[in-house]
Amino acid sequence: MTGGTSPFDAYDDDPEDRSGGTGGDAGGDPGAPGDSGTPGGPQAPTGPTGPTGPDGDDPGGPPRIPLPRSSVEDTGLPLPHPTTAPVPPTPPPPPPAPLVLEHRVLKALLGAWALAACSAEEALAVEEHLGTCGSCADEARRLREAVGLLHPAESLDLAPSLRTQVLETCLGRRPPRVPVPRWAAPYDAEAARLDALLQDIGDADWHTPVRLRWFEGGGPVSRRTTVAGVIAHLLTVDGLVATALGLDDPLDGLEPHPDDGTPTARTEAYWKASHFPPTRAVRAPWREQSHNIVRTTAFTGGGADDSDTSGRPAVSYCAFELPLRDALLDRAFECWIHAEDIAEAVDYPYEPPSGRHLHGMIDLAARMLPLSLAERRRTGLASPPRRHLAAAGAPGRSLRLEIEGSGGGEWLIPLDSPAGVGSAAHEVAHVALDGVEFCRLTAGHVPPQEAAAGQNGDRQAIQDVLFAAAALSRM
Amino acid sequence: MAAKDAPPRWDRKMQQRLARGEAAALGELYDRFSSLVHGLAHRVLSDERAADGITREVFVHLWENPESYDPKQGPLRSWVAALTHRLAVQRLRATETAALARSGEGTSEDLERKVRQASVAARADYIVQAMPAPLRAALELAYFQRRDYRQTATDLGVTEDEARRRLRLGLQLLATAHDTRPSGAPPEYGGAV
Repeated sequence: MTGGTSPFDAYDDDPEDRSGGTGGDAGGDPGAPGDSGTPGGPQAPTGPTGPTGPDGDDPGGPPRIPLPRSSVEDTGLPLPHPTTAPVPPTPPPPPPAPLVLEHRVLKALLGAWALAACSAEEALAVEEHLGTCGSCADEARRLREAVGLLHPAESLDLAPSLRTQVLETCLGRRPPRVPVPRWAAPYDAEAARLDALLQDIGDADWHTPVRLRWFEGGGPVSRRTTVAGVIAHLLTVDGLVATALGLDDPLDGLEPHPDDGTPTARTEAYWKASHFPPTRAVRAPWREQSHNIVRTTAFTGGGADDSDTSGRPAVSYCAFELPLRDALLDRAFECWIHAEDIAEAVDYPYEPPSGRHLHGMIDLAARMLPLSLAERRRTGLASPPRRHLAAAGAPGRSLRLEIEGSGGGEWLIPLDSPAGVGSAAHEVAHVALDGVEFCRLTAGHVPPQEAAAGQNGDRQAIQDVLFAAAALSRM
Repeated sequence: MAAKDAPPRWDRKMQQRLARGEAAALGELYDRFSSLVHGLAHRVLSDERAADGITREVFVHLWENPESYDPKQGPLRSWVAALTHRLAVQRLRATETAALARSGEGTSEDLERKVRQASVAARADYIVQAMPAPLRAALELAYFQRRDYRQTATDLGVTEDEARRRLRLGLQLLATAHDTRPSGAPPEYGGAV
């Protein structure tokens, strides 16, 4: 089958090209009325709804096939009993007339026949016809064989690690001229993982309720949305990175405009602006934007190394700013956490990120803890520092955060000032947590009081840090 | 979803970006075609690891030889499918030949029959995926949900005439999976979109 005239092209645009044009239909012979010498010949094949002309079909017109006659079995009348019927006083009821259809109609039925999707009478008529019509018999055999090729699509989940392996093999064979910066890899990987999940879920799943949970001030809060609503949320907040990179803002032209540029305000504005709840249609723009973000970091990010070259745009979250590389780590983290929200809602398994990527996310959270702590102090939610005005860059009281499992490590969190430097010599407390548990804590999915943490040392400092971790979360 | 309706422009741009050595383009390429590639390879080889291997080969080939795809010759999707099919059938023939040599059981006709069956099944999969959605929907109803053509017409909101037409056309397309082409023919996959 070749390009221009293939049925793929002809489809849809060309309503006139009905049943013809696919080959095999030798000239649409209008089935001579007398071409079947089958019983009942004279009264066939026209009826009240019979064919009106060779090709005078209009799509909305009457069906070309006479409606199947009801057989005597369906009438409730006694069946004629040929052997016991003596000389009837009245003429016998006519035998049930077999359906007689013209060649063209029978040919059009072949697909339905091959799929056993026509009535018994029609099937019988087709089968009788096949005995006398070579071209239909050939096609019938071909279509029957084709039915054997149909089978349910098996949904094979591709292991996310395969993506990493394949890409690494490729890049090893031919080093890229425009590499993706290493710090953009977690975002790239998490978006791909979420997209694979989205590909697997059904249309209805997109409307499954999801409760977004996070931690604000003193306790947990939540907001109800749907799977599609979550993707809309990711789209709008990823939009902060997109705009910092000079890409289009998904909120452009939105009415009403968000109150401010916080992730929450942007999300609420996006949700409000659509007349209908978001559908799976939101997947494509989200994915396109995430691809564009990765692509653009490759051009603006300045190489694959981890050096933080200046001049790279910072991403504004309204209340704070993050350097691009941290913002992308943050978005990777959010992508994973919300993918988990979705997976849980639609009852799919979902794994944590790879250890390498998880480590970057944990490191970002650890680096942000002192700021979160300071913010909670400022609002009276955490205990005051012990030593006021610890000199910037000077070692101060510290908490050792030990993260276990894949992606783990140790961090010394300065307790008294965001500008301070963690110091083992000034360690006052030690907390040990599993990496995924720590991430769920910073996502606000695990209350700080319940975080399964091994602790040792200054209890107040530990509590402050765990709450500060939870306070890193947002919608 | 959108993947199938992508304009040829996407194909052309992708080819250029790959040629330029843009790693991000490779990621996008993988995201768009990995499930197609892996699915077809798995249909031919019935083996997860072997399908992983073919997936790697296909993307390595395209990344190392982006100029081997010419957008003027047709959609990238068909090209990728044809390449996958060729590599997977090659691998199947190689492993089966080795197995035959090792065990001595079976004949080379059996082997060819097996290879051919696997090849047809994979091509059929691709044809179903690539056929216009209305045809696929009609087949889905009639075959998997056992609706007759009248019910199919009602479900799809089309005339019975149209339902019959879609079922027949869908099967006609599917039947082309049996068509063999001379080996070494240019990558062309079921003539499909």
